[in-house]
Amino acid sequence: MAGEAPANSTEFINHHLTHLKVGEGFWSLHVDTMVMSVLLGLVTMGLFYSAARKATPGVPGKWQAFVEMLVEFVDTTVKEVFHLDRRFLAPLALTIFVWVFLMNAMDLLPLDLPGKVAGLFGIHYWRAVPTADLNTTFAMSLTVLAVVMYFTVKAKGAGGYVHELFTSPFGANPLLWLPNFFLNLVELLSKPVSLAMRLFGNMYAGELVFMLIALLGAGFFTFTVAGTAGMLGHVAMGAAWAIFHILIITLQAFIFMVLTIVYSAMATEHH
Amino acid sequence: MENLALIAQVQGYTAIALGLIIGLGAVGACIGIGIMGSKFLEAAARQPELIPTLQGRMFLLAGLIDAAFLIGVALAMFFAFANPLLARFG
Repeated sequence: MAGEAPANSTEFINHHLTHLKVGEGFWSLHVDTMVMSVLLGLVTMGLFYSAARKATPGVPGKWQAFVEMLVEFVDTTVKEVFHLDRRFLAPLALTIFVWVFLMNAMDLLPLDLPGKVAGLFGIHYWRAVPTADLNTTFAMSLTVLAVVMYFTVKAKGAGGYVHELFTSPFGANPLLWLPNFFLNLVELLSKPVSLAMRLFGNMYAGELVFMLIALLGAGFFTFTVAGTAGMLGHVAMGAAWAIFHILIITLQAFIFMVLTIVYSAMATEHH
Repeated sequence: MENLALIAQVQGYTAIALGLIIGLGAVGACIGIGIMGSKFLEAAARQPELIPTLQGRMFLLAGLIDAAFLIGVALAMFFAFANPLLARFG
């Protein structure tokens, strides 16, 4: 983005798929992902803080009404599934929903805009969508796993949890301890993996389709018939995909939230 | 020259694999969405008062059904643009 234009389409896409990295190999850190996600987290907190500061018991303003609707929506969703004290889970679900939504929404920014802005500061690579990075989604889903285990221990006690791990599906016979434990382990680990892969896969595929659509319009400045037709297709398909993507980003944020609630509710149920 | 033939072979097989990943994934996801959509319409016709509740669940399930397909698409795209199987020849 800064400097010379990419030579061909493969280079263009590879360029857009490169993270701004610090470090090498396993110990590398994706700076762009970190900065964007923390920034969006702060935006989330700031928006809700302003609504809470300016809240009035009288006729609410538009923004306050919107935030109230959001809070109520999440609260009812939690209430339907999770029947214990939800003072911890409902705010967590709200945070997940709004934060993931905002991170996903970065997909709707013009493809080259974040890179161009970063280029002003002399940075060559910048990927704007934190959820199109496996690190973000796995960090979130592992945190959810920790929350689920916390709820399990809270509901059944540490001893009860270990007891359930070894005796749950088949029974308490010592011969069955190992198969039981193995099944429970698979069940436990499949949750964060599917949660993270689902969000990542959706966002990564969405981002790539945006890049492919961007390539369609690349030939416009040759001013040929094919280039102009490509540009028209680019505008039409870009609009269509962006509209469809609004549905996807909301849906994926919602699914992440609902599954967090469902997993927590499952953890607190007694067998 | 021998290397070139090998690269072409890997690329060809990868292209076939990409088609299978996306195509079969799309078939599965579409059948799933179709079954769910038809059941939703049936249920909505029988009990229209349940539509708001069912609609939320339908969208949730649509996302879940689509997810495996989209993960497949993401993987296929990854192999299409940065094929790690070709890196061995590098």
